[in-house]
Amino acid sequence: MKYIDPHIHMVSRTTDDYRRMAQAGCVAITEPAFWAGYDRCSVDGFRDYYRQLTDTEPKRAANYGINHHCWLCINPKEAQDVGFAREVMSIIPEFLDAGNVLGIGEIGLNKNTKNELTILGEHLDLAKARNELVLVHTPHLEDKLKGTLLIMDAVAESGINPDRVLIDHVEEHTVGAVLDRGFWAGMTLYPDTKCTPQRAVDILERWGTDRIWMNSAGDWGDSDPLAVPKARMEMKRRRHPASMVEKVTFTNPITFLSRSPNFHLDD
Amino acid sequence: MCASPSDALNHTEVVDEYFLEHRAKLLDLAAFLDRLDRANGSEEDDFRITHLRRGIALLIDGQDDRTRRIQLLLSDQTTEPMEQTPIQGAHGAPPQADA
Repeated sequence: MKYIDPHIHMVSRTTDDYRRMAQAGCVAITEPAFWAGYDRCSVDGFRDYYRQLTDTEPKRAANYGINHHCWLCINPKEAQDVGFAREVMSIIPEFLDAGNVLGIGEIGLNKNTKNELTILGEHLDLAKARNELVLVHTPHLEDKLKGTLLIMDAVAESGINPDRVLIDHVEEHTVGAVLDRGFWAGMTLYPDTKCTPQRAVDILERWGTDRIWMNSAGDWGDSDPLAVPKARMEMKRRRHPASMVEKVTFTNPITFLSRSPNFHLDD
Repeated sequence: MCASPSDALNHTEVVDEYFLEHRAKLLDLAAFLDRLDRANGSEEDDFRITHLRRGIALLIDGQDDRTRRIQLLLSDQTTEPMEQTPIQGAHGAPPQADA
């Protein structure tokens, strides 16, 4: 059965991972711009990264029959320096018309600071001006609840329709508010710091399968690029029908992502 | 809204399916607390362990919605954005012990 991993950082993964994902049924991924594990020190460092996301990585994915898409931004971890963040943001429009760019992301908050909120607001302004989809990162661990509420207020203030915004990394204490306010929700499957496959399926059982997807967010840290197929196995373990598995891991991502004219799947 | 299959696992089946992995997690937690007892250093728990012990109490208070309640226990409950951030990462529990 085909699946889509709608949030994974393949620039940090090996070719072996592409192969294993393809063997497990992955036909498409989307890769948000993120933090490299260190703060980049120049605008040109980001320019090179955006070239990697829009040119190099799609070719690497295509070797395994996987459609590669991406989202562009300066991530919230590097948004504390507002002046530098604005310099980086100034080059984003150079890349937004590349054929695999779906929108702005993963923007959001990290430590819930005023500077992060300023740059979040400016990213939302850019998204609104260009009618781009938005993929939102919510903070880690103890900062998630507060950050998620601040982010939803910022989106409301921007005037962007919440139906064009996916708020990622939801967990039990945030998923209800995200869905109630009309956003799409993403569950990230991490070994320690976000949802396990078991808890993700619990969330589906409690909050339903509308406007929600699952992703691995595989990157350079503790993460598992095969987390989505493992969650599919967990759904089957609990006797969820194949139609529900397909809805959450294939159809729902297509429904949201297809709002960008750049999203496509090979036949 | 709920999405349970019509032939969802019954109580006995859930126990059969999941008991061993959660027995192991219980022992891991116990071993971690034993390890803390054996470790040299402060006699007082830091804020993370204080929150962990409070979370354990929630597990056995007889009420439902344990996961969400523990998530809230481990969350910063303030609402105003910060001026500055002392760290880029997160601790896993709010530094304020009374949060």
